[in-house]
Amino acid sequence: MNAFNPDVTFDLAETPLRELNAALHKATGESNTRHWRVLNPNGRHALAAGVKAPLTIEVDGHVGYYCAGMNQQANVIIHGNAGVGVAENMMSGFVHVRGDASQSAGATAHGGMLRIDGNASARCGISMKGIDIIVQGSVGHMSAFMGQAGSLIVFGDAGDALGDSLYEAKLFVRGSVKSLGADCIEKELREEHKLHLHEKLTAAGLAGTVDVSEFKRYGSARQLYNFHIDNAGAY
Amino acid sequence: MTSHTNVPRTLPRFSSTFDPHTLAEIRRAAATGIYDIRGGGTKRKLPHFDDLLFLGASVSRYPLEGYREKCGTDVVLGTRFAKKPIHLKTPVTIAGMSFGALSAPAKEALGRGASAMGTSTTTGDGGMTPEERGHSSTLVYQYLPSRYGMNPDDLRKADAIEVVIGQGAKPGGGGMLLGQKISDRVAAMRTLPKGIDQRSACRHPDWTGPDDLEIKIEELREITDWEKPIYVKVGASRPYYDISLAVKSGADVVVLDGMQGGTAATQDVFIEHVGIPILSAIRPAVQALQDLGMHRKVQLIVSGGIRNGADVAKALALGADAVAIGTAALVALGDNDPQYEEEYQALGTTAGAYDDWHEGRDPAGITTQDPELWSRLDPIKAGRRLANYLGVMTLEAQTIARACGKSHLHNLEPEDLVSLTIEAAAMAGVPLAGTNWIPGRTGF
Amino acid sequence: MCGIVGIFLKDPKLEPDLGAMLSSMLCVMTDRGPDSAGFAIYGSGEKDHVKLSLRAVEGYDFEALANSISLTSGGAPKLVVRSTHAVIEVPKAHESAVRAALAERHPEVAIVGTGSRMEIFKEVGLPRQVAERFDLPRMSGTHGIGHTRMATESAVTTAGAHPFSTGADQCLVHNGSLSNHNDLRRNLRREGISFATENDSEVAAGYLTWRMQQGKSLGEALEAGLGDLDGFFTFVVGTESGFGVLRDPIACKPAVMAETDQYVAFGSEYRALVDLPGISKARVFEPEPATVYFWDRAA
Repeated sequence: MNAFNPDVTFDLAETPLRELNAALHKATGESNTRHWRVLNPNGRHALAAGVKAPLTIEVDGHVGYYCAGMNQQANVIIHGNAGVGVAENMMSGFVHVRGDASQSAGATAHGGMLRIDGNASARCGISMKGIDIIVQGSVGHMSAFMGQAGSLIVFGDAGDALGDSLYEAKLFVRGSVKSLGADCIEKELREEHKLHLHEKLTAAGLAGTVDVSEFKRYGSARQLYNFHIDNAGAY
Repeated sequence: MTSHTNVPRTLPRFSSTFDPHTLAEIRRAAATGIYDIRGGGTKRKLPHFDDLLFLGASVSRYPLEGYREKCGTDVVLGTRFAKKPIHLKTPVTIAGMSFGALSAPAKEALGRGASAMGTSTTTGDGGMTPEERGHSSTLVYQYLPSRYGMNPDDLRKADAIEVVIGQGAKPGGGGMLLGQKISDRVAAMRTLPKGIDQRSACRHPDWTGPDDLEIKIEELREITDWEKPIYVKVGASRPYYDISLAVKSGADVVVLDGMQGGTAATQDVFIEHVGIPILSAIRPAVQALQDLGMHRKVQLIVSGGIRNGADVAKALALGADAVAIGTAALVALGDNDPQYEEEYQALGTTAGAYDDWHEGRDPAGITTQDPELWSRLDPIKAGRRLANYLGVMTLEAQTIARACGKSHLHNLEPEDLVSLTIEAAAMAGVPLAGTNWIPGRTGF
Repeated sequence: MCGIVGIFLKDPKLEPDLGAMLSSMLCVMTDRGPDSAGFAIYGSGEKDHVKLSLRAVEGYDFEALANSISLTSGGAPKLVVRSTHAVIEVPKAHESAVRAALAERHPEVAIVGTGSRMEIFKEVGLPRQVAERFDLPRMSGTHGIGHTRMATESAVTTAGAHPFSTGADQCLVHNGSLSNHNDLRRNLRREGISFATENDSEVAAGYLTWRMQQGKSLGEALEAGLGDLDGFFTFVVGTESGFGVLRDPIACKPAVMAETDQYVAFGSEYRALVDLPGISKARVFEPEPATVYFWDRAA
């Protein structure tokens, strides 16, 4: 699949997932086994969840729910699709889904970067709290719902109710947006935002793949920040 | 001229339906356009533990000697899957209350009081503070829909994890914490701008339903290497099904919160009209555990209006393994204390009725983020008061258990109880006092 | 709350393996539904005949039943007994007479489905036990759907197990929880639809039957369901010639599909699909919310 030479290989057709995760949790940045390969994930859940060291973990195949959940520092590459909640509540590190991601990708994540080469379905970046998410395809409905901080960058289109009840997360969509959620508005894409986009794309290894001036910027109108009777219908 | 002074007159009479409270609420709603938000639990009168009585031992049964013959109070929680279950000296635990809703000294005092008595405290929506971790010997970390302050390092520092699906004050609801209490520190912990209203989601962002909860629990276990007990907390509404599904989803411990349970800030209409009293929720919950062969294997913690050792003993007799207290613990710390009556009056209320916890102006320094008000609560003294109160509750429960001939609180049974009212008899599934009649179970 | 699987074959060469494929998919979904399991298989059938899938208690004498209705059905019906279930095949012209005879003389037997090709089997227990007792791995056919159940608010019984039949050669499996099924059931009862359980999914099935009785196509009935069914749902439905998928607009319950030149498959989770042939090269995707998907052999 690639020219990657792992220090250790776990074949989940032979080894239980619990052993893999326990080994990953014991590994440190200082150890010699920093490059891991996982074979036959076969849609298993919580794969490489809770890793807290600067390891590189390559997974050959599709994963189930919560892959790289709560990740800290690790670089997790999924050569396949990811199930529900990939990189949920990530704190730091880099998670790269080469295929599509299911719903709630990057949910509530505080930091790090999630790159999805394909599409992400509903609720991508729900309650995001600082993560940067880059989706090369499109995202489903209710993406960035209650997004608090961080950036959601979508090369394709966004589904219904983008950024509903948005706080301070920054949303950038290059394609169409089916509809904006309550309190989410389009804002001017200024030079500083193009720079911001360029910086994030560079960090994801995607600089130059798209023209940053093609994105539209969306953010909170901040009308729901303090209750006002005329907005009651939006709650 | 005729005088009216001697003619009997109709006294002014308030409608029972449109009573003064209702009238004031209509006027308030008309003036403000927002529903009433407040803290605390339901204020209406409900069938409660007071409606139950214990059958002390006499001739057919023999009591234990008080203070001499042993009556155990310890409880172990999380024996099903967790490698490190929790051992508590008393079955009275402290319910989840957030830093944000409560001041840092209040959280510290809860930790100090609970630790002194060998029981656990619980975080709340907003994350774990170093103060509460430091002062709590056993700390349960809540995992909530908002995931405010949710951090895997704190997850690993916790002694147990409580997946919160709902609470008794508002089963099925999210919340709205008004901006007044969002101080710099609270805002930073929750990654939100200072001073804005916080809307909390009603569902978890990345799972819905028991089949997905099972996968979420598996993730939490994997991340913590299967060490920590996983609790699942639900607000009482359909306890038989909810407890049964929590068990099927893999919970080690289930927490059942009745509608008397408090909240930091919720719509009054939610607090008063959604959910069921804890008295009516325990038996269906225990039935679910028994039907699955899991009673006492998956432990049941009940909460919502627990006030004294009699309530503790009654909850345990109905089948719970432990109880949790929130409102009562705050009162022990000093909440609603008459010493601040003048200030309560200034806030338009009176000691004992103050419930505008969301406004952050608590004279007792408990439900506030104002540093000046904080300084009124000495966490060491308040912690001591809580420890005293927990001790009294434990002693009271022991007294009752010994009178029923039990050498451990957990040997109390529903058959040790009778009911004073038909309602409570039906809800708690124990006979009306002096009869063998359990409405709905034993015919008429 | 449950696991759902379904597979629709495009390549006839795979037809002898249908049961084995469906069985493996079903067993992987045990975690999502350990209480009961069931499946519908679309196998062989004759145009002028109808198959009745019957369920009775353990050890029931289906031979005797077949004999007792042989006059009504115009000769001894073809009978295949599988554990607590049996499929009898009778000429279509005799169907209503046979139904009447069963209802009158054998009220202890439930008809769980009828159709020219559809057979339905369901029981309480772990999916592996259920698949084995009915010998699912050795069944063949063109398409099938299956279900593993974690009972939410209704009882753990065989009657509460899925699939629910919605009409001749039509059935439905459901994952989710409907929030308006009680009122809907009352309304449908007034419309003449009968229900055997308090299960919300049976109401969804009954609703589709009712819509189709009004002349709607299955696709139209599913579309109408988006407006009338409240709550959370993912449905997989089977018909004589195809199968369809529908998720509610909120789409919280999971769904994964895989398509190759040889088949289209559905699973609540990708795990359910991992043993399918050529899965590593399949197009794997998530069906969109509030969108009716349908694959048809006739097309």
